[in-house]
Amino acid sequence: MPQHEVIPEKLTLFQRIGHSIFPGKLRPVIDRQGYRRFFNTLILHFRPRRVPERTLRFTLTWGLGGMSVVLVSMLFGTGVLLKFVYEPLPGKAYESILYLQRHVLFGQLIRNIHHWSGNGLIIVAFLHFLRVFFTNAFHSPRQFNWIIGLGLFFVVLCSNLTGYLMPRDQLAFWAVTICTGMLEYVPAAGPWLQNLLRGGPEVGPATLSNFYAVHTALLPALLIILMPFHFWRVRKAGGLVIPRTPEEDAEIRGESVETMPNLILREVVVALVLFAFILVFSMLFNAPLESQANPGLSPNPTKAPWYFVGIQEMLMHFHPLFAFLIIPVLIIVALLSLPYIDYQAHTAGVWFTSFKGRRTALIAALAATIATPLGILADEYIIDFAAWMHGVPASISNGLIPFALVLAAIAGFYIMIKRRYSLTNNEAIQAIFVLFLTAFLILTVTGIWFRGAGMRLMWPL
Amino acid sequence: MPKPQKQHCNDHPGEGSSRRSFLNKLWIGLGIVAVIEFIGIVTAFLRPRKTKAKAGDFGTIIEAGPVEKIPLDSVTAFVRGRFYLARLEDGGFLALSRKCTHLGCTVPWVSGEKKFICPCHSSAFDIRGEVISPPAPRALDIYHVFIENNIVKVETGRRIKRTEFRAEHVTYPKKRIDRITG
Ligand code: HEM
Ligand code: FES
Repeated sequence: MPQHEVIPEKLTLFQRIGHSIFPGKLRPVIDRQGYRRFFNTLILHFRPRRVPERTLRFTLTWGLGGMSVVLVSMLFGTGVLLKFVYEPLPGKAYESILYLQRHVLFGQLIRNIHHWSGNGLIIVAFLHFLRVFFTNAFHSPRQFNWIIGLGLFFVVLCSNLTGYLMPRDQLAFWAVTICTGMLEYVPAAGPWLQNLLRGGPEVGPATLSNFYAVHTALLPALLIILMPFHFWRVRKAGGLVIPRTPEEDAEIRGESVETMPNLILREVVVALVLFAFILVFSMLFNAPLESQANPGLSPNPTKAPWYFVGIQEMLMHFHPLFAFLIIPVLIIVALLSLPYIDYQAHTAGVWFTSFKGRRTALIAALAATIATPLGILADEYIIDFAAWMHGVPASISNGLIPFALVLAAIAGFYIMIKRRYSLTNNEAIQAIFVLFLTAFLILTVTGIWFRGAGMRLMWPL
Repeated sequence: MPKPQKQHCNDHPGEGSSRRSFLNKLWIGLGIVAVIEFIGIVTAFLRPRKTKAKAGDFGTIIEAGPVEKIPLDSVTAFVRGRFYLARLEDGGFLALSRKCTHLGCTVPWVSGEKKFICPCHSSAFDIRGEVISPPAPRALDIYHVFIENNIVKVETGRRIKRTEFRAEHVTYPKKRIDRITG
């Protein structure tokens, strides 16, 4: 296969260097056409040549998956820069952050971008998860990609938590103490796991080096493996789910258009807008930094990072065995098995499943919006099973009984709404999902804004 | 490449395939052993590092002072040892861990209210470390206290977990017994 149609002597030095990097038929790249062809093949390694026109609609994806990718790249970029300055030793970590902010050119900005991209990624990836759920994009053949997506979300959460400790200020130290403290309640393996994570009985030097290694090596490596896997599965599924109205036939794929420039251009626009937004946001708002960690003084109140505050709020109402183990594990198992349930209707691509699905989702959201705050208030001021049932272990009076009550309420809601509106299981499961989602959001909001000193309920002002 | 091999295998089923399946099982078995070893090595590698015990640090005995210097019904903080020395009204001593049993915050002694009140989720403990108000599920951990030559000493190496306060947790100075017997 003689590919050297070009005689190297006739090229300039730069062209010869270029030739050594990209040998082959594409040389010489001289005109715009040639460049375009060259970049097309590079980009299209990950993409099909053509994509269905309807999947390009912004109201299908809201650009959320692409935005997650942009945020991940920004995190990688700024994270590498931070590594040059940051020192993962208890005595040095805080000082190195101060040094970064005060004496390194753009140091504060780089830290801000890393901080806000990390927090933004949780929100954006969560919204992406919601859009995938509500467009029913987890049905076959996308079942396994849902699982990979959950894995990605788990990695994103762990990255944020391990990163939280890095500055080693009061906020970091106590939030990590509390989060790892929850592990103590996991039966059998809990204390062992806690010791392993902390590298000792307390949050100390070993905890910092553990978290540092996990944050800067293990989790980024997992992301680098899982992300291409995720995209490859999208391609394998024949592209994104085709958006349609409930009456439209699922089989109609519609017209296809060239990926380049139709899809790529849209992605670049979303990426640039997001990049500009994060940049401006980071110029306006500094990442928080409190005084250096003091193991002898807990701030009042001490809260987990905002994305775990929902769990912390549950801990106020349920025995830790339920709040920290049984309920989260049940939810995770439910999410993992979601794509493998035997569904009655084909709803892939339909926002909120069906017209009835929209109505019942709204009813579920309303029900949870009313019931959750009432439940929180009742538990705070009226209900006290532990005192009413003297001599009964706390795991029953404070755990099993409230848990069973909540479970019974949810089951009642499921049966009621399914009968009343004669729903398919697609719609009924969606309603339950919305119920949980709304309750979780309300718990999180309560924990962030409605809990003051001593974690007492208060009105935010 | 694999294709011709497969055909070859099909030509001679019998012994060939049973030998092959045995070898396959052997490989899988060895693979599992390797994975277990790998996990074992990693966890051993990550096992809590031993911190060098410095004087006055964890794992050592701290002298809290002579018995009569510590007032009755008082709580003294020992920051280096990370514990409180509580002296009850009847003269007994208790060394209480300062770690809240709920999620591990550091509990300050509020002398005005005569309680330990956790700033994190407002658990409260009395002077004996007993829970007054939840969410804390257990009484504060304790350390072993002993009295040698009239000096109160606390062994901070081992934190003792307990569910609730019991009388045997309290260490009394010899004098009291002397007084009773004599
Ligand atoms: C770091 C986190 C993540 C990144 C970077 C990411 C990236 C992407 C991208 C770029 C797409 C293409 C379509 C789009 O833009 O919406 C996509 C699709 C998809 N994602 Fe994610 N994702 C992440 C997390 C998740 C999560 C948490 C889930 C759900 C559990 C999920 C499930 C899916 C599924 C099922 C598809 C196919 C959707 C369809 O065919 O319409 N992903 N993801
Ligand atoms: S850590 Fe003390 S009450 Fe939660």
